[in-house]
Amino acid sequence: MKKLLLGNEAVARGAWEAGVNVVSSYPGTPSTEITENMAKYDEVFCEWAPNEKVATEVAIGAAVAGARAMCCMKHVGLNVAADPLFTVAYTGVNGGLVIVVADDPGMHSSQNEQDSRYYALSAHVPMLEPSDAQECKDFTKKAFEISEKYDTPVILRLTTRIAHARSLAELSERIPQEKKPYKKDTMKYVMMPGMAKKRHVFVDARTASLREFSEDLNSGINTVEYNSKKLGIITSGISYQYTKEVFPEASVLKIGMVYPLPDKLIREFAENVEELLVIEELEPFIENHILQMGINVEGKKYFPNQGELNTTIIRKAYKGEKLDCAVAAENVEAPARPPVLCPGCPHRGVFYVLSNMKVRVSGDIGCYTLGAMKPYEAVDTCVCMGASVSMAHGMDKADAQFGEKMPTVAVIGDSTFMHSGITGLIDIVYNKGTSTVIILDNSITGMTGHQQNPTTGHTIKMEEAPAVNLVKLAEAVGVKRVRVEDPFDMKKFRAAVKEELEANEPSVIIAQRPCALLKNVKYGAPVKIDTEKCRKCGACMKLGCPAIYCEDGVYKIDESICLGCKLCEQMCAFGAIGKEE
Amino acid sequence: MKNLDCLNVLIVGVGGQGTLLASKFLGAAAALCGKDVKVSEVHGMSQRGGSVITCVKIGDKIASPIIDEGEADVILAFEQLEAIRWLSYLKKGGTVITNVQKINPMPVVSGAAKYPDNIIEVLEKSEIELVALDALGLAAESGSTKAVNVVLLGVLASKLTEVPENIWEESLKSVIPAKMYGINEKAFQQGLRCYSANSLM
Repeated sequence: MKKLLLGNEAVARGAWEAGVNVVSSYPGTPSTEITENMAKYDEVFCEWAPNEKVATEVAIGAAVAGARAMCCMKHVGLNVAADPLFTVAYTGVNGGLVIVVADDPGMHSSQNEQDSRYYALSAHVPMLEPSDAQECKDFTKKAFEISEKYDTPVILRLTTRIAHARSLAELSERIPQEKKPYKKDTMKYVMMPGMAKKRHVFVDARTASLREFSEDLNSGINTVEYNSKKLGIITSGISYQYTKEVFPEASVLKIGMVYPLPDKLIREFAENVEELLVIEELEPFIENHILQMGINVEGKKYFPNQGELNTTIIRKAYKGEKLDCAVAAENVEAPARPPVLCPGCPHRGVFYVLSNMKVRVSGDIGCYTLGAMKPYEAVDTCVCMGASVSMAHGMDKADAQFGEKMPTVAVIGDSTFMHSGITGLIDIVYNKGTSTVIILDNSITGMTGHQQNPTTGHTIKMEEAPAVNLVKLAEAVGVKRVRVEDPFDMKKFRAAVKEELEANEPSVIIAQRPCALLKNVKYGAPVKIDTEKCRKCGACMKLGCPAIYCEDGVYKIDESICLGCKLCEQMCAFGAIGKEE
Repeated sequence: MKNLDCLNVLIVGVGGQGTLLASKFLGAAAALCGKDVKVSEVHGMSQRGGSVITCVKIGDKIASPIIDEGEADVILAFEQLEAIRWLSYLKKGGTVITNVQKINPMPVVSGAAKYPDNIIEVLEKSEIELVALDALGLAAESGSTKAVNVVLLGVLASKLTEVPENIWEESLKSVIPAKMYGINEKAFQQGLRCYSANSLM
């Protein structure tokens, strides 16, 4: 029976059907739901690792030990995992190893739109790219088979529109896998120069065999659909679906294996059609390969390398056509609706204080990146996971070189601190920095939708687990000034930041208050603004709480969304805000 | 009347309003009718009170899961500003079913922009079929303001007469926890009846 599955759910189902034993991941949009769904299967050991490098290494270890293993991450997570990736490409595997990477063209929830296909090319690791949920499931299973047959890790690449789209998929039963016997093999698994040189030879031979495999249409991975031969389109992933909508009459070579590419199939297809076009999102990965083969082809001449493609862009760029659409009788200026910190969000107090103090804020990846937005405009930088801590150190050292000191703090979430903030903190202590690091400890990984992490005391399967004690951890690496503060006591929090900025040594402030969306967080009744006491000064609005608004000059609180956190009470000098007696 | 041979429904709203559940509900019903269906969602950053859209495409064979400009047969809007924001995604002469609720975006809250006060009026004058209703009120009457999504799905269901009621029931059960079913069933019926009331006016 067919079931409507999210692409990510289908990857999990495919891995389960393939008999996967060990899955380790770090959450990241748009990949998170793969591992969340994986955790629902009792037969599989499943975990959230502190970061993608660890997750990948756990999966490599499991595969070397003889189990089928998988790790999942978003595109930027593969940068973190690139170190093990490039070398496991040499060692190969024992049990099958699948690395799932989800790219985010258009940056729905990311800081860049890198094209992960280049990782496959430069690491010489085969990469499959599904185009719907059925293929997510099928390709995951095939990936395990390819991995074991060719002694290689296999990357499964998704993009947001594949990972987060539901389509019908046929379900099958799980085929449990025997554990592959573990054999000590230093020539294969100990990558010292002498061994690695030999393995590099193996890698090149393996790529040649995989290229042969990719030519075989019977594998069901690459497919050719001949229609009119006037126009032939080579495409893959979600772009295939757009192609079918805009060019139903064209012949299509659908690439399911983006590395290594099937040269013979491409050449034959090119010879059979009058005009050859490549439709692909982001970089001209396939197009450049075909050009290198000496074949005349067009692609990026029409289609942008920035953002996502869609049928409108493709239709307009190539055909110069646009669909008729409904038009409003009058032009209505619709104000933008950017994402905001939720009502009751514990980060609000932090950013109000930091914005007010006008300190430089080295930011990081999470909900709290929104501290860069109005009305706080507190965050100065956001580069990658963990960068807040190390960049603050770099800023402080740069200033010191010139005899200056600009008050600077790093802000980083609990999960992000576990991911890669701790190494930066060690650097600060070790290299005699004086930076102040604020850990926004909201007891959960918030941005990606509430995943457990090493500080929360629970595993992905909600079993109790030892929780990392952030105070002791900071102390253990040598920070002497460590304090826990409530970000909702803004006066005290402000004083704490001021004190730590003045201290001439490293300091850590743990701003502790759970995410307002956690089920156990209950603030009680919404608060109200007493219109008689209100002097209309607008101070409460500076918090940027979506529940507080001004209508016809009257300040009000939207009871349907106010959580009653009472942060706004502290803003009112006239005692106009409070719960009803 | 709309039919399931080719039906593109764009569901738009504000992060946190339950658009995802609505799309799952509609998608499950279409699948139960034996149709091909694709649903596209957006997770992550935009869920934090931002403008969110999900696409539900139903037909005999669906390729792209995305509804683009001029491709939607129906826009199901959970909030009126979002209805007008995404109007160009509607086919010429298509249908807009909108909740009249207003949720101020941050630029309006902070006073940097003004919430347009003539949205429903403009939609009425536009060459589309419009159903505007107080889905929040109907949801509250059913027992939970969170059931706005199911009320609106009820309105859409009233236009999909070929889908038998037991399919809606089964599909609703598949996406709603058992203890919330009663309230949501009531909300669905409110929406279903509301359209017939509207068309009498």
